[in-house]
Amino acid sequence: MSKIHRYLPNSVPEIKEKMMDEIGVSSIADLYSDIPDELVYKGVLDIPGPSTEAEVKTHVSGLLEMNTTLRCPPFLGGGVWPHYVPSVVDEVVHRAEFLTSYTPYQPEISQGILQSIFEYQSQVCELVGMDVANSSLYDWSTAVGEAALMSSRITRKTKVLVPDLMSHYRYSVLKTYVEPAGLSVEKVDHDEITGLMDLEDLKEKVDGDTAAVYIENPSYMGFVEENAVDVGEIAHDTKALYVVGVDPTSLGVLKAPGDYGADIVCGEGQPLGNHMSYGGPLLGILACRHDNRYIRQMPGRIIGITETLKDQRRAYVMTLQTREQHIRREKATSNICSNQALCAVAAGVYLSLMGPTGMRELGETIMSRARYAQRKIGELPGVRAPIFNSFHFKEFTVNFQHKRVDEISKDLRENGIQAGIPLTKQFPDFGETSLFCVTEVHSKKDVDMLVSVLKEALTG
Amino acid sequence: MTIKFRQADWAEPLIFELSNKGRIGYQFPPLEPEINGSLDPENLVPESLQRREAPDLPELSELQVLRHYMHLSQMNYGVNSGLIYPLGSCTMKYNPIINEVLASHPKITGLHPMQDDETTQGILRLLHTLKGYFLEITGMEDATLQPAAGAHGEWTGIMLMRQYHRDNGELEKRTEIIIPDSAHGTNPASANMAGFKTVEILSNDSGTVDLDALTAAAGPQTAGLMLTNPNTLGVFENQITEVSEIVHDAGGLMYYDGANLNAIMGWCRPGDMGFDVIHSNLHKTFSTPHGGGGPGSGPVGVKELLADYLPVPDIVEDGGVYRLDWDKPKSIGKVHGFHGNVNVALKAYSYMVAMGGEGLKESSELSVLNANYVSRKLKDLKGYELTYDPEKPRKHEAVLSSGPMLSDTGVSALYVSKKLLDYGLHAPTTYFPLIVPEALMIEPTESEPVESLDAFIEAMTEINELAYENPVELLSAPHNTSVTKLDEVKAAHPKTICLSWRRFCQIMSDE
Repeated sequence: MSKIHRYLPNSVPEIKEKMMDEIGVSSIADLYSDIPDELVYKGVLDIPGPSTEAEVKTHVSGLLEMNTTLRCPPFLGGGVWPHYVPSVVDEVVHRAEFLTSYTPYQPEISQGILQSIFEYQSQVCELVGMDVANSSLYDWSTAVGEAALMSSRITRKTKVLVPDLMSHYRYSVLKTYVEPAGLSVEKVDHDEITGLMDLEDLKEKVDGDTAAVYIENPSYMGFVEENAVDVGEIAHDTKALYVVGVDPTSLGVLKAPGDYGADIVCGEGQPLGNHMSYGGPLLGILACRHDNRYIRQMPGRIIGITETLKDQRRAYVMTLQTREQHIRREKATSNICSNQALCAVAAGVYLSLMGPTGMRELGETIMSRARYAQRKIGELPGVRAPIFNSFHFKEFTVNFQHKRVDEISKDLRENGIQAGIPLTKQFPDFGETSLFCVTEVHSKKDVDMLVSVLKEALTG
Repeated sequence: MTIKFRQADWAEPLIFELSNKGRIGYQFPPLEPEINGSLDPENLVPESLQRREAPDLPELSELQVLRHYMHLSQMNYGVNSGLIYPLGSCTMKYNPIINEVLASHPKITGLHPMQDDETTQGILRLLHTLKGYFLEITGMEDATLQPAAGAHGEWTGIMLMRQYHRDNGELEKRTEIIIPDSAHGTNPASANMAGFKTVEILSNDSGTVDLDALTAAAGPQTAGLMLTNPNTLGVFENQITEVSEIVHDAGGLMYYDGANLNAIMGWCRPGDMGFDVIHSNLHKTFSTPHGGGGPGSGPVGVKELLADYLPVPDIVEDGGVYRLDWDKPKSIGKVHGFHGNVNVALKAYSYMVAMGGEGLKESSELSVLNANYVSRKLKDLKGYELTYDPEKPRKHEAVLSSGPMLSDTGVSALYVSKKLLDYGLHAPTTYFPLIVPEALMIEPTESEPVESLDAFIEAMTEINELAYENPVELLSAPHNTSVTKLDEVKAAHPKTICLSWRRFCQIMSDE
């Protein structure tokens, strides 16, 4: 292989020499002469290569091929969900002008990404019933963390109440996020039968020091939080903010949180046109009302409408930057700089393709398929699905009375099927229970196959 | 200048304004009769939470949506489509296409993060190997790939320090993080978010850490120091060993902001400079695209003394079998819902393999050559100067000041950068670092052929001449971009602020 690398145009010896000549440098080492000798690394970095493109392709695809091929999409959710990504979305996010640009610090040459993100913010607002959304956070879990910190800055209070049935992962991120600010996170009990937030327990725990009451709708366990209106009223009675976490695929059929009292909405935008990719990149949603007290405390980049100075043409620009780290430094509302902009663009394209009708159909399709699976699985002997008596959206709990979850998962795996999330460690009180997820990508055939393999596993 | 640039201007309406009732851009596979027939859609949602009013989303055909975004893309500027993108501290290098091809492989896009480890051996092995390469390049001893961006990595790193001091019973008294005045804005913001006060120390005349100022600032209250090396001036902190000693002697820890790692790969390693915890930006040094602002990835590397505190889960290998290890009782917990931006990590891995150890070193060398080539050819022009030891070699970036131009002609750095856009060149980072007046922070990266560097130099030279001969022409720039200069005050004013379509409609109906 030649010493000249295809990514390094000035690695051609003659070019390199000429450049050095022109600026009076006799060797590359001259340019590193200020590094003390004892710090100079004497070895060669032990990384294989250089490799040709063909070699890279063979090697990396070879690694990816080691991932098992499943017979149908995994029955897993919990914050990342299998959904169909329309081809137009992939086409748009692969456009070099979007993909290989950075934060639009020069708005005149970056109107494309600015308008795209303004549209994303706008579409999120329509979906969740809010007036302002930021341009993205890393994922749902960090969005909950930021929403809690934001609530605390607005209310100057330090307690956050969360459902005891929330994802342990999100809970862990939330705890890590708010600990340095001195916030406490307390769990509110659920109703044993329905799973819904226990309003009596909430009333007992909410007090004058509560900054926010947080619910997830649908919940981590997949049911619709029917107490949503009451929870909001209880929160507001003590002047706490009401924060609602959402799976946006539910919002074509479920009421927008803004219509049942939410002050801040967060959630996971991955299912809107972003592939699962082993859990990242994801898309943290954050939205609030048009209230200056809220907007000033919002973390992250926000795009606004403005005009050209000369001829008053409509244009877009990053705004309210005085909240952000590059201006406000240690007093910024958050340290976030790079975000998930391209995932936000994907979500915007996805929502544009869907429109209001598509989002309703999406929700109905998901619920119909999930309900079918839930019923079929629930009919199996020794199985209870779901364990809570509530309306469910796309996830539902499955309890195995006579068999261990890990054995079931293994049996399914050996048949090319990925079972739901085992809840045995996160929620040991639920016994041998898994959280299954069914979306529009799971056909009747997929579900029937799951049910028939499950049946064998249960009786085998 | 021979370049003729004119960016597209479609005067593209908002997508909501293109909507026409009833159109759709996607169709769902129909429900099978057994599923459809047995369910009553009305009975799927509790009545109190049924959505009565459909969200006001746009209604368009597939082609209309596609065209809208194609138009918008043509009104944007990327590394792979532009000419040069010398945005200092952002390392806008070539984003190889093969990486995108591999990251679109269905065996990664269709993978769920909660799948059984038995089914994800390929990606686990890739991530585990990537971690090894990262440690090799940086000289650290353990790492996490979970942080989703550089600032997220900074915060994670400072949280590890926090846990370390807590574990040693010293968190109560170690309340301060020392940060030089040349630091990225994310450093003080991350330290603050991790619960520390920040103490800023001034740079010395060479633009590096002032050891006397550091000695005065360090003490029993010091939790650590955050430093970029080479720093944001592009100058190597040649007294880094002394800096580390002062901080360590005071009982503090050393944090390395890896934003500028692209300068030194294979030449020196933060682990050898005395740093205890570092982050690196895969979207800078390791060629993954910046996506208009993200996603990036900010893996964090540590020395052994902090390894127990790393986020869960870790990826471990046992006899050729890989698995996620959740058994880390001293861990700070999770910092991301799942395993971070895995798809970005995959691209960085592909890049590392494409370059190899020697290729990475040569990349750094050429990035440094390119930065010095540009800065040395510009620094003696009348309107520009290289502050802080102009004869000293820069690393991968150089901060030019257009201070002389401002005092001579009234043309500020803002107009220099706006005029660059007219040539079809992206502007450098402006007004940063804060310690350089009228800063133009130039980082060409090793991807740029000398021809692009010459085009940039020529444009900067012409702008210098214009400033002295016909400054009025500069003040109206840019002309060749999709839109001319914007009213940024109006965008932020409480009376005119408009952050969504919904708000836009309200404002229009009020008027």
